[in-house]
Amino acid sequence: MTGAAVSMARHSTFTSVIRVAGDIVSRPSGAIGLFLVVVHLLLAIISPYIAPFDYRDLDPLKMLQQPGPVHWLGNDHLGRDVFSRTLLGGREALLVTGIATPVAVLWGGFTGIFLGLAGGRLDEILMRIVDAFLSLPWILKMLVLIVTFGTGVGVLIPTLAFFYGIPVIRIARAATHDVVARDFVEAARARGHGKLSIIWHELFPNVRDALLVEGAMRWSWMLLAFSSLSFLGFGVSPPTPDWGLMIADARGFMSFAPWGVLGPVIALSSLIIGINLTADALAKALGIDRAQKAPI
Amino acid sequence: MLRMLARRVLLGIVTVFLVSLIIFSGVEILPGDACTAYLEREAQGKLLENCRTELGLDRSASARYLDWASGAVRGDLGVSATGRKSIATLVGDRLKNTLLLAACALVVGIPLALFLGVVSALNRDRPADLIISTLTIFAMTIPEFVTATLLILVFSVWLGWVPGIVLTSAGAPVSEFFPEILLPIAVLAMVMTAHILRTVRSSVIETMASDYVQMAVLKGVPYWQMVFRHVLPNALLPTINVVALTVAWLLGGVVVIETVFNYPGLGRMMIDSISDRDLPVTQAIALIIATVYVAVNLLADLLTMLANPRLRTAQIRH
Repeated sequence: MTGAAVSMARHSTFTSVIRVAGDIVSRPSGAIGLFLVVVHLLLAIISPYIAPFDYRDLDPLKMLQQPGPVHWLGNDHLGRDVFSRTLLGGREALLVTGIATPVAVLWGGFTGIFLGLAGGRLDEILMRIVDAFLSLPWILKMLVLIVTFGTGVGVLIPTLAFFYGIPVIRIARAATHDVVARDFVEAARARGHGKLSIIWHELFPNVRDALLVEGAMRWSWMLLAFSSLSFLGFGVSPPTPDWGLMIADARGFMSFAPWGVLGPVIALSSLIIGINLTADALAKALGIDRAQKAPI
Repeated sequence: MLRMLARRVLLGIVTVFLVSLIIFSGVEILPGDACTAYLEREAQGKLLENCRTELGLDRSASARYLDWASGAVRGDLGVSATGRKSIATLVGDRLKNTLLLAACALVVGIPLALFLGVVSALNRDRPADLIISTLTIFAMTIPEFVTATLLILVFSVWLGWVPGIVLTSAGAPVSEFFPEILLPIAVLAMVMTAHILRTVRSSVIETMASDYVQMAVLKGVPYWQMVFRHVLPNALLPTINVVALTVAWLLGGVVVIETVFNYPGLGRMMIDSISDRDLPVTQAIALIIATVYVAVNLLADLLTMLANPRLRTAQIRH
């Protein structure tokens, strides 16, 4: 009996994933968005094998060379192949944000659900602290940690995961408030379930959709933050190719070699736009209204 | 109404107080202090001791917090680690410049966002809306430094209309910042417009679908009268809060924009202070930005309360 119920639940999860994916693809903007995201993910995986040149290969004779048949996007100020570097330039960003986003959504999500359920003094105090954290600009919080502990993946992932989890607390808490007064939560309480059981079995399934959409948006904001940090020189360290860093490098030569910025600009923009379009389509497919959402 | 108002103001003060605690304890918890950060490798022996006495770091943390916080309330933000100058003087011009940039962006951005948002909503799913909505997504998602780079490329490098970099010094009068300030304003206004526009659009669409607007349509109220008298007053209320939240983004985004354009504002000063590891200056700027953020949000809440009779009596659920 329980076994059947569980397998039915699994089945419906699987079909609902298919249904949501179908819904996303059925919207033109969602299809374009998902296509861009998938292409970028694939490229991040296979780019080391298909990049025509080594991203470290310096060639003083080809400094700031124009795009041509050999070097499709030209060469940068050190004579490195811009096309190869553009192909490889998203790997670090996708790796860091790909790990940090789920971590942020999970810790922020569960903290938010817990506070929404618990309420009371603790909730009041912690939400004030969340508000206080949110009133500091993201770049300040991140830079202070990065300057103290150094750049690199080992610092960037926990830093991004921590700070981007804080606004998720608010979303999860609000979504929990919407369901916490409903009968089935009351019934679970009456059955004698503990807080953790209620969170896992009753609240999480109902808050999940909101968290998924939030996660997709957080991902794009995190990428924005990551590439901005790289651009400012606090993210990826050279010679590792990264779009933000490449744009920063090529900017100085823009007046006589404007093609240098175009490759990374298009790559970075298409990825972030792709994620946003997908997130919007996902929100519509799951029936979540993001219209009134704040930009932070 | 008065009680709610008092409650909101109190909450704002509590938030600023908590921010000051976070900033202060953050600096305490992180390894090193203002002196080790500033002196770097020479941070040992006599030199370190002198520096600590000079900045008062040899006292207990609570005494230093009280000193710092009470000083900040009086407008005295302490002295910088590099150069031992009064932070309040250092910050003054920079704050003025950032506010100039932000104010110009708001003056351009808000009317543009209102206009385009309403146009977009009234022409929902028609070409005008699709064009505006697509541009909105571009403006919202593309990082500011990318937009800035592209604008410099087009308007400064190719067309040569405006300078791509600000060379005016921090203390210069406002008039000297033109026309250098135009591109930074454009980038800032673009992103802001996109965020506000989106809310305006969805809010107008929502109001158009409400019962009383349907009623007005059925009564035969002329279209434009319906738009201006029935839809807009209600639809534009949520915009106040979004503008406030956008200001929050603006305070973070302005850091990148100021760095790209070499604009002598608070944001670039913050980056410089972090790079120089001048902790007293970083602390002071963090506190200023957080206070502005809280104040703007408080103001938005009060404005919404004043403009919306329903909120004057209703309990705010937090």
